[in-house]
Amino acid sequence: MKFVDEFRNVGAARALLDRIRATVTKSWTIMEVCGGQTHTILRYGIDELLPPAVTLVHGPGCPVCVTPIEMIDLAIGLAQRPGVILCSFGDMLRVPGSRSDLFDARAAGADVRVVYSPLDAVDLARRETAREVVFFAVGFETTAPTTAMAIAHASDLGLSNFSVIAAHVRVPPAIEAILAAPDNRVQGFLAAGHVCTVMGIGEYRPIVEKFGVPIVVTGFEPIDLLDGIAMCVAQLEAGRAELENQYARSVRPEGNRAAQALMAAIFTPVDRRWRGLEALPKSALAISDRYAAYDAIRKFNLTSARVAEPLECRAGEVLRGLLKPPQCPAFGRNCTPDHPLGAPMVSSEGACAAYFRAGRVAEATEAE
Amino acid sequence: MCLAVPGRIARIVDQQGLRMGDVDFGGVIRRVCLAYVPEAVEGDYAVVHAGFAISIVDEQAAARTIELVRQMDGKEEESDE
Repeated sequence: MKFVDEFRNVGAARALLDRIRATVTKSWTIMEVCGGQTHTILRYGIDELLPPAVTLVHGPGCPVCVTPIEMIDLAIGLAQRPGVILCSFGDMLRVPGSRSDLFDARAAGADVRVVYSPLDAVDLARRETAREVVFFAVGFETTAPTTAMAIAHASDLGLSNFSVIAAHVRVPPAIEAILAAPDNRVQGFLAAGHVCTVMGIGEYRPIVEKFGVPIVVTGFEPIDLLDGIAMCVAQLEAGRAELENQYARSVRPEGNRAAQALMAAIFTPVDRRWRGLEALPKSALAISDRYAAYDAIRKFNLTSARVAEPLECRAGEVLRGLLKPPQCPAFGRNCTPDHPLGAPMVSSEGACAAYFRAGRVAEATEAE
Repeated sequence: MCLAVPGRIARIVDQQGLRMGDVDFGGVIRRVCLAYVPEAVEGDYAVVHAGFAISIVDEQAAARTIELVRQMDGKEEESDE
């Protein structure tokens, strides 16, 4: 496919690896923020091809993984109500709540459906006028505009049987929290190219300046990641801390203005607890008062109490880049994609699933 | 979740007041919302996420990245400039 194959070229990968090897003189720890990038790194073994001095740690950029358990419980509870059709992206259905997941709810008779686009849920509400259609919306700033458009479209169509559990989150507060933590060891970031496609790059400049770390906005193909790593290492070696854009073919400095405008109308930033990262200021997007009729939390008077994380699952440390999945005692033993203890083993973007699918189970047992 | 794939916009249509399009992903056609890329024309490559085009691929920027890497590889072609 055009704009994909060129960015998987082996010769180009070799040239970038040579460039990185020739540049590195010290040890550096770089975090890729987005779970999609983590999967590319593991799938192509990029972490193993890099010189040992360059360590990649995996960031919290898996929206399914950072959604608090109580929010999943809330969706399960709503799905079990008569007359409700609960829709979400496929990944959400297998994420364990405190007692069960949405697949269990479906097996027990709840009407839970997977959608490709939030507009599919609006279409469903248009056809099923006697039912309440609820979209469980997760995702970073890449996905929030798709939910915003679904709400705006439902409003335009005058639908009163469509609403949304909004669990959208923002990347910059998470990067700030990781850098501000006393045990932080991340020296440079690869920022998420598709989040920046929507939001632009301006939000990251104050972080670069405040913490003195390089941030390179990076794409998702192997060549993009190697290019982003090369740019980040070059900055670190030169003692520079700048905001750079590796993914210029999709990311404009100002981002997607149309998407930002609708997001600003539909959502309002609120504080939210993330799994593994605690409460982060202005880190989530709740539905604004003007569109309260489309907010399932208010429409159905949903309330939730904080639920403790399972002790055996160390997803919190994985999400902060403090622990690599194979270092978790449960990894590959009592936690697998078929029987996940935590969301990072479920999601197509979770770091634990990335290691498991790349066959990195052996290194966990060999290390003992 | 933030996965997005480039595809070629084959046809632009209006659907219930929304600007939509049929996008060709290497032979697989999907109906995609184009409301966030008002500048898009048929033949453009769009970056598509969850059924929405979030940007139009800047083909010159894509070529520049490839060219920079090629030069690194010491394989740059003689140019006519």
